[in-house]
Amino acid sequence: MSTRHILLGLLAAGPSHGYDLKRRHDERFPQARPLAYGQVYTTLQRLVRDRLAEVDGTDADGGPERTLYRATEEGAAELARWSAEIAPPAPFVANEIFAKVVVAILAGGDPERYLREQRAAHMARMRDLTAVKTAPGADLSTVLSADYALTHLDADLRWMTTTAARLTSLTAEVDHR
Amino acid sequence: MTADNSTAPLLAARGLVKAHGRTEALRGVSVELAAGEILAVTGPSGSGKSTLLHCLAGIVRPDRGAITYGGERIDQLPEARLSELRRTEFGVVFQFGQLIPELTALDNVALPLLLAGRGRTEARASAGEWLERFGVRGQQELRPGELSGGQAQRVALARALVTGPEVVFADEPTGALDSLAGEQVMTALAHAARESGTSVLLITHDARIAAYADREVILRDGAEVAEGADAVEVSR
Repeated sequence: MSTRHILLGLLAAGPSHGYDLKRRHDERFPQARPLAYGQVYTTLQRLVRDRLAEVDGTDADGGPERTLYRATEEGAAELARWSAEIAPPAPFVANEIFAKVVVAILAGGDPERYLREQRAAHMARMRDLTAVKTAPGADLSTVLSADYALTHLDADLRWMTTTAARLTSLTAEVDHR
Repeated sequence: MTADNSTAPLLAARGLVKAHGRTEALRGVSVELAAGEILAVTGPSGSGKSTLLHCLAGIVRPDRGAITYGGERIDQLPEARLSELRRTEFGVVFQFGQLIPELTALDNVALPLLLAGRGRTEARASAGEWLERFGVRGQQELRPGELSGGQAQRVALARALVTGPEVVFADEPTGALDSLAGEQVMTALAHAARESGTSVLLITHDARIAAYADREVILRDGAEVAEGADAVEVSR
């Protein structure tokens, strides 16, 4: 994920300082890893270096003085370019679950049991996410991020279900190579 | 009817066997549903999910095995008593709501109350409240053919819950809906069930719908494969 573009996107709403940007990032992307302050300030400095953002004075607001940043016109253009850029559809063929199943077959393990337990772990996580997104008062960011995670877990789970059904033929294929 | 012992399951099946002709749909399935629990039964097509629901809901009788409800054997009850149980204690929702096409949404929901001997005014008032809870009060005078799929399923849910059943049996209740409408229907069902303490036996092949349940039982070839184990250790 491009932190620099996300910060530029947050700056599109108006000048802001690092502390506020971190808080708004964590609110908007509740299921993502929270941003470290150090990463926010380093990214802001790089945006200024690349002329995509600039310092817009300071803001004390009764507390310590904070540097305000705003996006430049170049920054707005870069954000528009990045937003419209199509992300390559990722094939995810190097997935860890896939690797474990193949290795379990190669090493004479118990891939069916692994798939069953992995499926249970996926379902437990899907139940947690469903509870989060259907809780009274869940905001749109929370619902969207939980939906995104649920859809990807569901894709894994469909693959695991199909693979469990195909295990017999898959085992024969791997054994013959 | 409630369980004598609070730790005993509300509904339990032991060793259910059911054949359709020469095909064994259930081959010794055992399952328990606790009071207030939402249990998902998942599995591929033909795994016996719907047959299990039909047996548990008293719609068909198993060939072998036992079903208890509130501690009482129900698989051998006379048809009249079983029918009363279905009317008073159970609610059922199918994939295609199976609403009566000639009746309005309001009258469809009021019907189970009228069959239970309640007055028309009271039945319609109750039905209206349930339609309100499911967000389809505005469609109460429409007939099923005039409703969207999601609206029709919400009406079907209201009809299943209007009598205050202890258990709702839902057979692929979102199976005919797009994913957003399906999630809205499932959210409505889960909220209503949790608010009223109603148990739900939910048949689905969709993991995202099963994730609304507290627990999952997987069927394959008429037997349960595994219960979704929450205790599985996840490496971090």
